[in-house]
Parts: sequence; structure tokens; C-alpha cells
Amino acid sequence: MFKKIALATAGLAVAASAVFAASHADPAIAGAVKARQSHMQLYAHNLGILGNMAQGKTEYDAVAAAAAADNLEALSLLSQAGYWPMESDAMSIEGTRALPALWEDMGAVSEKSGALVEAAQAMAAVAGTDLTALQGAMGALGGACGGCHKAFRQSQ
Amino acid sequence: MKRLLIVLVCLGLLGLGVFWFITAPQTSDAAEIDALVPNVDQGAAVFVAAGCASCHSAEWAEGDAKFELTGGRAFPSDFGTFYAPNISPDPEFGIGDWTALDLVNAMKHGVSPQGQHYFPAFPYSAYANATDQDVVSLYAYLKTLPPMQMNNKPHDVGFPFNIRRSLGGWKFLFQPDGWIIADAPTPELERGRYLVEALGHCGECHTPRNALGGLKTNEWLGGAPNPSGRGTIPNITPGKLTWSEIDLMGYFTTGFTPEFDSVGGHMAEVVQNLSQMPESDLNAIIAYLKAVPPVGE
Repeated sequence: MFKKIALATAGLAVAASAVFAASHADPAIAGAVKARQSHMQLYAHNLGILGNMAQGKTEYDAVAAAAAADNLEALSLLSQAGYWPMESDAMSIEGTRALPALWEDMGAVSEKSGALVEAAQAMAAVAGTDLTALQGAMGALGGACGGCHKAFRQSQ
Repeated sequence: MKRLLIVLVCLGLLGLGVFWFITAPQTSDAAEIDALVPNVDQGAAVFVAAGCASCHSAEWAEGDAKFELTGGRAFPSDFGTFYAPNISPDPEFGIGDWTALDLVNAMKHGVSPQGQHYFPAFPYSAYANATDQDVVSLYAYLKTLPPMQMNNKPHDVGFPFNIRRSLGGWKFLFQPDGWIIADAPTPELERGRYLVEALGHCGECHTPRNALGGLKTNEWLGGAPNPSGRGTIPNITPGKLTWSEIDLMGYFTTGFTPEFDSVGGHMAEVVQNLSQMPESDLNAIIAYLKAVPPVGE
């Protein structure tokens, strides 16, 4: 009697743990997703420093602006090769808005990444000069970010 | 019994006659249009504000390719999928053989040069409030763009929505008569209303629709489900949109939200156009958005 109950419980436990395991993403993929989203947050933080100065919400500070712009340039040049494993798109897993199109057209991806590098370098060249120059360089950054998001990020 | 049949047939014919009358295509007066003098620079500004390239250039077009108005972009909806036509000045594949009156009738009345109704995926309900002068100037500007040899893709619309004549009924029922927001007390608000309601056709995405696809104008700009399936298009009335004027100007010129996320999806196309518009026009749009009746919350 006991043995039957024990066996049944063990069977249920195995089944339950299989379901539990299946509902958790491959940790390698989860790690890549977290890394790329953190990378985007680093962009947002540094863009915020520049953008708030551009919009007059904070005082223009040449040193802080130059530092943020240099960060953006460095971030744009980092290799993202490890951020986008196969099967980590929005159709395959939860928790990401990356569209399958991102994996389909590497030419477009590298072109758009290049646009961000250019825009970031243009900003880094002038961010510490004066506010007007900084303001002038914001548009190209926005356009570069939007270029990828337009094509490769799922709408909310 | 025979009398009943005769009465029914007469009523049926009468009904058909009324239907035919109501759904008849409207057109503008040729003499009025011919009297206007086009301004190509003004046409270029209208091209940006009305967002022609965002729908009529190819799907992945960037940079100069945005002036190659080949059409072909798909617009899924509850009624089927529509494909934007070629509006380059090619006389065979595009609209190179159109007169200015043809463009006015298309944009303001939704009627083709052959007298057929267009599907309202083309936002003629909004463009109906554009000035004839702006459309005539746009006509002149479109002529300066490169002719493109690309065939139009037929719409993928099933019965009964593919009966073009019935769109006359749709227009009769749902085409707004004049401005949505009747009061625009300052010149800036008037300009903002013109840019949002007429040229920018913002309401086409940002306003919810009824079951037959007509706009629910009492919830103007109150947000709607995304017609391509996933997600929602936001409520941009003061009922939900709490961004400041500075935030909005930043968004229109760079696509950055106040948290420095960056715009994506179709709105990225809109920002590409907005960022080319003069600051006074953007201020007018912002003033209008701050003044529309709040929906929700």
C-alpha cells in the first residue's frame, strides 16, 4: 500500500519537475537576452544625460556631456556577437521584443549598427564643445536608434 | 399575391436607386482647381507633413529610396490586406498621366480618375480637410520625383468588402463632416488642427474604430488596437499623455521618449517625417494635442 503511494508520488514529482524545467528558458539564451537589454539600458542612461541637457532639463556640463558621449561611442563599438543566439527572438521565447527579421538580414543589421557608430562618433566630437553643438547631434542619434527599432523590434 | 410581388419589386428598385444615389462618387470642380497656382516648395512640405513616403515607398526604403514611390507596402486590417499603389510620376505604372484635379479627387474624395471609390486604407477622410492649394502644390512636387516602373499589387480583400461601390455607403455613414474638433481659437491651434486632422492623419491610427471600420470620433485620438495584430496604439489625449511640451518636442525631433527609449514600429516613420518639419509646425501640433478633449482616465 505504502509502496504504491510512494511510487505514485514519485511519478507525479518527476512529471511536475519536467513541466517546471520546460517552462524555464535555456539559461544561455536567458543570459544573452539579459545582456542585450542591459546594453540598451546603458544607451538610455548615457542618452539621458545628453538629452536632458539638450532639452534644458539639466544644466549643460561639458565634462559630463563629453563623458556620456564617449560612453555611447564605446558602447556602439562593442561586439554584440554573443547577444543574439538563435531561437532568442520574440516568436521563440518570452521576455524579448526582438523580431525574427533581425536574424534574416545581416546586411541591414550591420548597416544600421554602422549608422549608430557614426552618430555616436559625431556626438562625441562635439558634446564637450557647447550646448548648441550637442543639440544638433541628438537628431542623428535618435534616427539611428529608431532605424533598428523600426525594423527589428516588436510593437508594444 | 401578385400585387404584393409588384410592390416588393418596386420597393426593391427604389432601394437600389437610393443606394446608387447615396454611393455616387463625389468630385471637385475642375475650374476651381485650374485657377490655383502650384508652389513646388510648399508641395515638398505637404509631402512630409502628409507622410506620403511612409506608405508609398518600398517596405525597407531608407534615405533617397524614400522618394521612389513604387508602392507595394502591405497594410493588414480586419477587412483584408491592402497594398499601397505606385504614385511615382511614371505615366504607365504610376500616376504620371493624372491631372491635378485627379489628385484632388483621389485625396479629398477618395475617388479614382475612373470614378471608382478607393478603400479607406488611403486616409482620404482626413485629407478631405486639406486645402486644394496644398494638394495642387503636392501634385507639382510629386512630378519632380523619379518615375518608377513597378506594378501595383492587387488588394487581398474578400467578398463583400471588395465591392467598391459599397464604399460610397461607408463614406456616407462614416466620413466626418468638417473638423473633428470644432473650436480652434488661436492661429497656432488652427495650424495644429490642420496638421493633425488633415495632413498628418494621426486619427487614422490613434482613434478606435467601430465594427465597420469607421472612426469613433467621440474617442478622438484615444488609442486603438494595432491593426497589424499585436499591441496597442497609444491614447495621445491629455487623458493619458502626460508628457510635457518639451518631452513632446524632443520626441518629434529625435524619437526619444522621456526615459530615452527610442521609438520603433510605424511611429518611427512618423518621427522621420516630423523631424523634418519646422519648429513652428511642431509647436502647433503640440498645442493641439494639449487641447483635445481627454479620453479615458
